[in-house]
Amino acid sequence: MPEETIKSFNVGYLQVLDDEGHADKDLMPELSPGQIKELYELMVLIRAFDDKAFKLQRQGRLGTYLQVKGQEASEVGAAYALKKGDWIFPSGRDVGVLITRGHPMHMLLQYRGGDERGMKAPEGLDNFPITIPVSTHIPICTGAAWASKMRREDVVHMAFFGDGATSRADFHEGLNFAGIFKVPAVFVCENNGYAISLPRARQTAAETLAQKAFAYGFEGIQVDGNDIFAVYSAASRAVAKARKGDGPTLIECVTYRIEGHSTSDDDSRYRTKQEVEEWRKKDPVDRLEKYMKKNKILTDEYKQSVTQKTRDMVEKAVEDYEKVPPPEAADFFANTYAQPTEQLKEQMKEL
Amino acid sequence: MARLNVVQAINLALRQEMRKDKRLIVLGEDVGKSGGVFRATDGLQEEFGEDRVVDTPLSEVGIVGTSIGLAVNGMRPVAEIQFSGFLYSAYDQITTHAARIRTRSRGRFTCPIVIRSPYGGGVRALELHCESQEAILAHTPGIKVVIPSRPYDAKGLLISAIRDPDPVVFLEPMRVYRAIKEEVPEEEYTVPLGKADVIKKGTDLTVISWGAMMKYTREALEKADYNAEIIDVRTISPLDSETIINSVKKTGRCLIVHEAPRTCGFGAEIIAQINEKAFLHLEAPVERVTGFDVPFPMYKLENYYLPDERRILKGVEKVMKF
Repeated sequence: MPEETIKSFNVGYLQVLDDEGHADKDLMPELSPGQIKELYELMVLIRAFDDKAFKLQRQGRLGTYLQVKGQEASEVGAAYALKKGDWIFPSGRDVGVLITRGHPMHMLLQYRGGDERGMKAPEGLDNFPITIPVSTHIPICTGAAWASKMRREDVVHMAFFGDGATSRADFHEGLNFAGIFKVPAVFVCENNGYAISLPRARQTAAETLAQKAFAYGFEGIQVDGNDIFAVYSAASRAVAKARKGDGPTLIECVTYRIEGHSTSDDDSRYRTKQEVEEWRKKDPVDRLEKYMKKNKILTDEYKQSVTQKTRDMVEKAVEDYEKVPPPEAADFFANTYAQPTEQLKEQMKEL
Repeated sequence: MARLNVVQAINLALRQEMRKDKRLIVLGEDVGKSGGVFRATDGLQEEFGEDRVVDTPLSEVGIVGTSIGLAVNGMRPVAEIQFSGFLYSAYDQITTHAARIRTRSRGRFTCPIVIRSPYGGGVRALELHCESQEAILAHTPGIKVVIPSRPYDAKGLLISAIRDPDPVVFLEPMRVYRAIKEEVPEEEYTVPLGKADVIKKGTDLTVISWGAMMKYTREALEKADYNAEIIDVRTISPLDSETIINSVKKTGRCLIVHEAPRTCGFGAEIIAQINEKAFLHLEAPVERVTGFDVPFPMYKLENYYLPDERRILKGVEKVMKF
């Protein structure tokens, strides 16, 4: 009678860039200086957008907003690994993913300003609308990826969600299907330390979230989520694997939400200032800047011009957002069904 | 023309639509090799292969969630939920995504799925295998809820549901899956969604029902001393209010029979609409014969729960003698 280990798993961890901006040459993904600049500009733009959105909310010009500050490397690094024609499935915080994938910023403000028309992805962009109910878009991503596989298309589907999502049935059932039907999907978990007030350690007793993938029969990897190169490297590999028909991957980006859960949250009730300060030292934008300086890709002039350019882009987005005429009430009747029902036609008259 | 039962009519509709539309796939628990626990998908995997008739894990959220994703990305999935009691866990997917994708994306993404599920009691099944959730589903804007009561409609309504651009929950009355046989044309035809069927003209009162209750209501009415106009609702949402209102205006009396619990059952909505639009034509309060406000009992008690001939005829008398 044997008593033996029949299966064991190794969970990989990847960091390319340390806090001081030193990159490991052997692990560095293939990126031209131009591409590195592009990544940097996207991160700076997202931060400028995020700061502005927060201020607009405080001024009463925007509804509840979920800040993404601190998670820019996770969002940009993963989404940047996709190409035109690929799909994204973002969650509530993922404005960084949407901006990287070309969703117009004034439309994101429009959405956060309570106008659902802002979530209508422009033609040619397969950006699934933001999903508010946590994790429920994960099986949908699996299904959409499955459709691409059935048609033998060269299309990869990427879903984004937080650490809290991994406790829900939809995560389990979505990843389980993805493994069985070997769909071209990449699941990006932005583990930002908290689900509102609940720390990651109370979300699951598992040591990593990445290891959950092995239970579904595919690979999971943990990366430093504040390291743009690590995220991009893992995401590129996962995307290439999906394109080859080798199935899905789960990427856990270990990152940190620098601000509260939302503009309605008081994070001092559940975490210390010191903890937040420790994470500020690992800031993803600062880290990339240090690397770029060391490698002479970033000069003071360039940095200034990026700051100015992104600020202008955000101001223009705010201007465009505030110029959008408010939606008409009849708008909600028009999109409930392909054709309004008799009941809706009657109810319209009450407006 | 062959005489088919409800299960055979559904099978034929799926087969013919799958032959026509390559985007159509069938998925669910035991739908492939075993042909479905009720054999509704019998033989489909043999004809269309494992990629189009897919045995899935035991995972209702997964089945409905991936079907939504398939539909959003250009496929036409027909998902089977083995018993409607298992829909509860998938209800989140139905209400938060299937029903809202068109609205949320302002028409950029749509969700043309059909979720088929055997529903209702009367078959001596296990707990939670006998649910009637049509009212819960009808209270979700963005989806359609269809319930055939006989083989001809089962085929025609399912074809319409498959071709419909919006998500449809298609509830199949398990109790009459094999209890009714009738002529079903071999060629394809549709029965439109959102249209009730006046299955018998009458003058004394209007009797409204749907699903398995239709058969038992008709049989009971044969023993009544009145000339009833009988309406099979067929589509719960969107409701064909016009047919119902016109009939009640004519007869002035109305009885509704459904097996779901009474409080907030779909009968309540029909009564509200009659009050709004035919109040001055009423000769008596609208009467309901329904299941009770209790969890569906296990089968030693189910015949006390389900509306039967005695209760239906009592309801008729009450409406007529008011």
